[in-house]
Amino acid sequence: MIDTLRLTAEEAIGLIERGEVSGAELHRAYSDAIAERDPELHAYLCTVDEPVGGGVPIALKDVISTRGVETTAASKILAGYKPVFDATVAARCKDAGLPLLGKTNLDEFAMGSSTENSAYGPTRNPWDPGRVPGGSSGGSTAAVAAGLAPWALGSDTGGSIKQPAALCGVVGLRPTYGTVSRFGIVAFASSLDQVGPIAKTVRDCALLHRVIAGRDPADSTTVELPEPIEIPEAEDLEGLRIGVPKELNEADGIEPGVTEAVNRTIELARELGAEVGECRLPRSVEYGLPCYYLIAPSEASSNLARYDGVRYGLRVENGDVRTMYDRTRDAGFGDEPKRRIMLGTYALSAGYYEAYYGQAQKVRTVIRQEHDAAFEQFDVLVSPTSPTVAFELGARTANPLAMYAADLLTIPSNMAGLPGLSIPCGLSEGLPVGFQLIGPQFSENLLFRAGHALERVIGFDFVPERLK
Amino acid sequence: MNWEPVIGLEIHVHLKTRTKMFCRCEVAYFDPPNTHTCPVCLAFPGALPVPNRKAVDWTILLGHALGCRVPDRAIFHRKNYFYPDNPKGYQISQYDEPLCVDGAFTVPGPEGDAVVGIERAHLEEDAAKTIHVGGAEGRIHGADRSLVDFNRCGTPLVEIVTKPDIRSAEEAKQFLQLLRQTVVELGISDAEMEKGSLRFDVNVSVRPEGSDELRTRTELKNMNSFNFAAKGIEREVRRQVEIWESGGEVEQETLHFDPGNESAPPLRSKEEAQDYRYFPEPDLVPLEPSRELVERTRGKLPELPSARIRRLEAEVGFSLAEGLVTSGRDELYSRIPGERAAVANVVMNELAALGLDPAAVDADELGKVIERRGEIPRTAFTEALAASASPGFSADRYLAEAAIADVGELDPVIDRILSENEQQVEAYRGGKEGLLGFFVGQVMKETGGKANPKVVNERLREKLSA
Repeated sequence: MIDTLRLTAEEAIGLIERGEVSGAELHRAYSDAIAERDPELHAYLCTVDEPVGGGVPIALKDVISTRGVETTAASKILAGYKPVFDATVAARCKDAGLPLLGKTNLDEFAMGSSTENSAYGPTRNPWDPGRVPGGSSGGSTAAVAAGLAPWALGSDTGGSIKQPAALCGVVGLRPTYGTVSRFGIVAFASSLDQVGPIAKTVRDCALLHRVIAGRDPADSTTVELPEPIEIPEAEDLEGLRIGVPKELNEADGIEPGVTEAVNRTIELARELGAEVGECRLPRSVEYGLPCYYLIAPSEASSNLARYDGVRYGLRVENGDVRTMYDRTRDAGFGDEPKRRIMLGTYALSAGYYEAYYGQAQKVRTVIRQEHDAAFEQFDVLVSPTSPTVAFELGARTANPLAMYAADLLTIPSNMAGLPGLSIPCGLSEGLPVGFQLIGPQFSENLLFRAGHALERVIGFDFVPERLK
Repeated sequence: MNWEPVIGLEIHVHLKTRTKMFCRCEVAYFDPPNTHTCPVCLAFPGALPVPNRKAVDWTILLGHALGCRVPDRAIFHRKNYFYPDNPKGYQISQYDEPLCVDGAFTVPGPEGDAVVGIERAHLEEDAAKTIHVGGAEGRIHGADRSLVDFNRCGTPLVEIVTKPDIRSAEEAKQFLQLLRQTVVELGISDAEMEKGSLRFDVNVSVRPEGSDELRTRTELKNMNSFNFAAKGIEREVRRQVEIWESGGEVEQETLHFDPGNESAPPLRSKEEAQDYRYFPEPDLVPLEPSRELVERTRGKLPELPSARIRRLEAEVGFSLAEGLVTSGRDELYSRIPGERAAVANVVMNELAALGLDPAAVDADELGKVIERRGEIPRTAFTEALAASASPGFSADRYLAEAAIADVGELDPVIDRILSENEQQVEAYRGGKEGLLGFFVGQVMKETGGKANPKVVNERLREKLSA
């Protein structure tokens, strides 16, 4: 009997290697778990019955193109769309023998922080089905937390891996921009989108990152990794200089229970030999969020223009071509994509470009410089991943700005193109709290080492209480 | 008051790369519709562009030919607009940091050079081809159905924008002819207007001569030949002058000319106020051509057509020199020995009309044919020219066979014709010497055009005056 709630990917690899379990049996065990628990959680938009590959199965966020398997980005406008090609990351998983379990739910076009913006209904948090799993990769993080997948891929634009990983009590990496191919990823904001691994442990994350990372000739924004991905073994943090950015740790709206769990973790880091000191990121935190909400919608307004009803996806036939466009896009997009298309179209308009998009790009340079300065003194920066634990379904849907604030702490480093790892660091009010580690460009190995050492001493039990 | 035209051109040149600008689909415009497409050029979700290196290199080469500067950094921008021929909803183009800037292109004229400033030359992708079925005018509005062929979608295009430095329709035509020839010789484009691999728009305004103001301009689109463009410009200049002189105001607009009906008034369409919302293409990194590459490319530049016109002008005069170079026939011209003006005339007139493949012609033998032009009947001369492209052509042998100069062979024919036309012989001898042509014609007819006209003339004169 395979306990999918407890089994890590690394353990699963061991079972397969020792011949104790076949890949097909493993796939079946997860499929059974999905059949049992997913009707309540709705982590999956579709599942795959006939696995290909003998390795540890995987779930992919539904922005990742999968040949012959419907890929909707949780939007009505892509209902029924089956790609004729695999995204590079999907192809790399296939090449590694990882069979596909299914495609996971998300906020439509990855726009949101709760997975409530899915056109196919929200995903629920395995720790408390009355609460959101975070977003936009909420389907992937909920699937891993609820034992419906040993590991999964998500995508992160403003915090869409790190924040739901925190809210679901799993580990998630947002890689350095340019280290994982975006080819075949339904684009939201091209200069920020990055695919990354989600798993129960840091080592699992590293194992999966090793599969997907590296230059892809089909994505000209990717680069060669400066060093291969290592599977972390470190047990201490001797000599590691940890910076605690004041603004990220003392921002308005951080719940006391979150601060408490994060401070406890910082204390553990010190006990493991790390040197801890305070640092500042004033402009990054003040301007990160507003600038993000200029750049991301601007790029989105252009990226989503291809959904016009001409070649694939939804078409609402009506009169001339303009009317067809209007009706198709009106019927096909939900409120959040429409809101961001309008924001972005406005920000790019003649006469506003310099003040909005152009200015935001300049601020982005400032944010990068501010982080660079912090990394002259420190090896990693730490903070809560999310200001709050998982919130209740519907609590923020009426207030987009409150929803946007969920990414306050993840956005600044994303704007700087930096990698960030979220690991669970304890519970607050019975719900997981995420601990964010941010490193310089290409410091994934360092983040994995630090995350792994901390994970060991934190001893977080990743199985939700109610599912035990 | 005298008015001066102020003309600027925007030229689109299709690069003849093997594959498209941002994907690996083959460039083949005339294959069956939609047979060269992929997720990238059909804009499937998640597809990403990868720039065609050859297209970038060729644009830099063209930039050199246009006397442009190639900056250290160029970027692609997105030009956003909705249309079925534009599958991404944006065209990848260049905006404020193009590959080539600040050039000057010399157009030699009979009285000195005209130097036309080049604002920029940038690289972009072409749109798909749309066909509108039903409805009027083949336009999308009112059509029953629109069909899209994506074979052309994403193919590489260079856009060249001149400064408004051109001062006459004739100069515009010369510029275009010379640019076309330059592009062809660089080997980067077929630049054939009928195939759409060279397209251009013309911006026209007028101003009082001597002033340097820039008045409202209009844009002429849909030009399908250089001659047509010249006529269109002349007509538009006249129209604008009339408007200003009658106290009116020229409006900024786009004029679509109907190429089939030159005398028809222009069909006007007010330009839609378009905001393309340009922004840097985030899917591509900046192009940073190394100095080494830029210089190496410059070194590959052949002698440009404008320089060759000046060189040949000394031999055959400006007009023939320009004609030879812009028609691409000067290479053949320079291979053929003989008196230069005669060779130039034959190459420009006779050979052009025959449509001979210059590469197949045996230039030395052709030179002999041209040298003996005067001794050969017209039709035989033309036939000899045509035959000069056949393998193993020998001028001596051909002319010996072709032209009957043998008096022993010609005399019986001449005698018969004279005896059959006694009346005309009488008339000639009575003073109507113009009838000589009549007799020559008869002999030619009788010999199937093969008689040597010089010999026929001589023999006829002799016999008629006997």
